[in-house]
Amino acid sequence: MTFSPELEKRFTALLTRYPEGRTRSAVIPMLMYAQDETGAITGEVIEEVARRCKVTPLQVDEVVGYYSMLHRKPMGKFHVQVCTNISCLLVGGEELYNHASKTLGIGHKQVTADGQFSLEEVECMGACSWAPAVEINYDFHHHVTPEKLDELIRGLRKSQ
Amino acid sequence: MAKLLFNQPSPLETRIVSKNFGLESSETLDVYLANGGFKAFKKAKEMTPEAIIEEVKASSLRGRGGAGFPTGLKWSFVPRTSPKPRVLVINADESEPGTCKDRLLIEYDPHQLIEGILIAGLAVDAHVGYIYIRGEYRYLIEKMDRALEEAYAKGYLGSNVAGTGFKFDLYTHSGAGAYECGEETALLDSLEGKRGIPRMKPPFPAVAGAWGMPTLLNNVETFSAVPSIIRDGGAAFAALGTPKNGGTRLVCISGHVNKPGVYELPLGYPMMKAINEVAGGIPGGKKLKAVVPGGSSCPILKADECDIAMDYDTLAKVGSMLGSGGMVVLDETTDMVRFALRIMRFYQHESCGWCIPCREGTTWLRKILQRFYEGQGRREDISLLGELSKNMLGRTFCALGDAAAMPTISIVEKFTEDFEKYLAKQNKSELVTI
Repeated sequence: MTFSPELEKRFTALLTRYPEGRTRSAVIPMLMYAQDETGAITGEVIEEVARRCKVTPLQVDEVVGYYSMLHRKPMGKFHVQVCTNISCLLVGGEELYNHASKTLGIGHKQVTADGQFSLEEVECMGACSWAPAVEINYDFHHHVTPEKLDELIRGLRKSQ
Repeated sequence: MAKLLFNQPSPLETRIVSKNFGLESSETLDVYLANGGFKAFKKAKEMTPEAIIEEVKASSLRGRGGAGFPTGLKWSFVPRTSPKPRVLVINADESEPGTCKDRLLIEYDPHQLIEGILIAGLAVDAHVGYIYIRGEYRYLIEKMDRALEEAYAKGYLGSNVAGTGFKFDLYTHSGAGAYECGEETALLDSLEGKRGIPRMKPPFPAVAGAWGMPTLLNNVETFSAVPSIIRDGGAAFAALGTPKNGGTRLVCISGHVNKPGVYELPLGYPMMKAINEVAGGIPGGKKLKAVVPGGSSCPILKADECDIAMDYDTLAKVGSMLGSGGMVVLDETTDMVRFALRIMRFYQHESCGWCIPCREGTTWLRKILQRFYEGQGRREDISLLGELSKNMLGRTFCALGDAAAMPTISIVEKFTEDFEKYLAKQNKSELVTI
């Protein structure tokens, strides 16, 4: 499997930053960055990461099953993550999540039919003092209201 | 202010670790150097490791990640003369609900963090460090990577740090979504490329941590406080706070306040003043109901318990914790059953499953709370929630089991009337349906 030249460069750097013989340490960051390009952690990605980090595919697989940001199936092009944890809950996070679900017509970890959007109710993202918070892919949005979310979604739809 | 901050600073703050926040290009090495950056490192380079550790001890700095362990003491546990190389691990897995401060330290002053790490490197004779940043903070990993690149390019990392001959390599490491990895030994497993599961202690990480090497692990804010301690002296930092609770800390105020935000306040700051003056009070003239003083793991305080000083020892005296600095303010309209349920959904989701009392306990607590919230509660559930939680305490490898149990115990005991209201409402609706 080959990745973009930028990612290959990153992987080369990743494999050399841990003490000698400890390439297993690169597994999680490598999976995260690989997923950005492949859209999901497929069996092929697992095999490839295992080969590069000199571990067994099973050792990679068990990691994929543990971390919530690693997905075995592709999420939407825009992965909308709405926090409903306590700080967000107090200022309308749950209502915001329900609104997002209604607007996009999908539920937790579901993807729209056109593959453009996916939704996830997430745990605390570290935006408590600027709640309610939404992260779309890796972009944070603070003090989000239902109207602001609609606007964001409209903007993303148009951007295609 | 040259740049819009996440929230406007308050004139009531004492800005030490956040002193550069808001400066134009504060994330660059040049601006950091122009504002006294790396003076502390150069001073530390002339000190013995023992003297550095003594200075940190004198500051009474305590870990800002949540446990509040004295930092200088932690540093002194690392066997400096071990034949194995020492490793520094910087915990930027900030995930405790209510906490959003390490983000700002990385975003606005990454070089202060780097300098703190380098001083710790001198103190324990370590030459490599890994900044473990939660996966959701990808934009910060990129910012930190750029700061590291700049520090390497200008000779503030690498084989000859600031021309002193000291060698240090520093890297970022991405997490992938797991609250448990904020626990130091689970973080180490994660750093080694495994599922984040807590380890048996002892051995403590200071003796056998990352890859079995002696490891010093501290929170981002803890490392970020070190340059000012060395530059201005431990005693000066200590004097800002209260005895045994040195300095300032970033308090993340969220929930029902007019001006939620991250504010740097001295240890021992009055909690009610923080709510009413720093954070602008509760909107709509509503009354205070409760405060989560330091992240969702902390036992909750009722309004009449909040007239206290915010330091580790005072919070311990009232049966709670200062934790990670995540202060969540709840007004009188808050439904505590719903609040307790949301906390438990979180802990159930994040329990790594290694210890049965935590895995099963959080699952059953969530089910009982869910049932209650949906109007199917039974009177005996109220005592059952408390008993079940108490049975989890101290029976797990790491603190996650306790973290789930403690807020539940306090909510059920202090806000029994909220649970009673659910029962009363249920009975009424039953009458209606009959």
